[in-house]
Amino acid sequence: MHIAEGFLPPAHAVAWGVASAPFVVHGVRSLTREVRKHPESTLLLGASGAFTFVLSALKLPSVTGSCSHPTGTGLGAILFRPPVMAVLGTITLLFQALLLAHGGLTTLGANVFSMAVVGPWVGYGAYRLLRRCDVPLMVAVFFGAFAADLSTYCVTSVQLALAFPDPAGGVLGALGKFGSVFAVTQIPLAVSEGLLTVLVMRLLVQSSKGELTRLGVLVAGGRTEARATGTGAVA
Amino acid sequence: MRKNTRINLLLLLAVVALAVLPLALGLGDHREEPFTGADAEAETVITEIEPDYEPWFSPLYEPPSGEIESALFAVQAALGAGVLAYYFGLRRGRRQGEQRARARQAATEDAGSTAGESEVQGS
Repeated sequence: MHIAEGFLPPAHAVAWGVASAPFVVHGVRSLTREVRKHPESTLLLGASGAFTFVLSALKLPSVTGSCSHPTGTGLGAILFRPPVMAVLGTITLLFQALLLAHGGLTTLGANVFSMAVVGPWVGYGAYRLLRRCDVPLMVAVFFGAFAADLSTYCVTSVQLALAFPDPAGGVLGALGKFGSVFAVTQIPLAVSEGLLTVLVMRLLVQSSKGELTRLGVLVAGGRTEARATGTGAVA
Repeated sequence: MRKNTRINLLLLLAVVALAVLPLALGLGDHREEPFTGADAEAETVITEIEPDYEPWFSPLYEPPSGEIESALFAVQAALGAGVLAYYFGLRRGRRQGEQRARARQAATEDAGSTAGESEVQGS
């Protein structure tokens, strides 16, 4: 759930827009470079974008008694690195802001920053860190997607706390309030997103070995590959 | 059922369980309006913190009713699901085609090297 239209003061809205813009521009560049260099990856890029489309349309009930939706940005960040997701996430957010009155144009910068910039980078970072520690592929994918999802809504909470500090508790007090609305609600949904991302990655390992090897998710020669199918069997 | 399929189904089942449990356990019962959106709740918190705050911009287009809104959300999900299904269908078809081509090639090579034998087998 993103920050609704008009609910960030103008100065904050502009500041987050300025903060997001370079990431999106850089993302467009790396996306066009990727497509030009490897035209065959267009399909998988489309599939990654489609995954965020599906997941951000799924409003799910959570343990707090309210609803929110996952983001789906972890998968694309793991496959194509985070800059590409800055673009695909922005497209999803624009679609929702323009047609569904969900999120908004004035809050687009802030929402892009949380969902299309910080989420993918945190998810990708968690994934890479776990992979470096020799954690099995699917476990790393799960925590990558989980971290991308949860960090997105932690950032949303921070953004709102900065804009609306609590009269008694200040920014930290407000962070507690917004965090309990967004971040706590999001925990079970982040687990769901992790599981769904593992599911799609398993299907990709079955169907697109060559592509995953080129992207470095699977290592040619089989060490990671054996590991990947091995985890599949255990998971 | 193949082991892979079974694991995939279990993953899906876990996601469904995570979504259904809060409803089944009635975790929204303590609220006036159970299971509203977290964004609407955030708006409530904002007006609690700053009662005078007025949103200074409203959406250019707003779905006229809850029905239209859910239809548009369904369109979004369907678009995404359609593209994903196309991707996996295409991959599967390609893989099958390659396998068949390979099998056919192996068969013709086989037939070429042991023409006599395969004729006997074929009849």
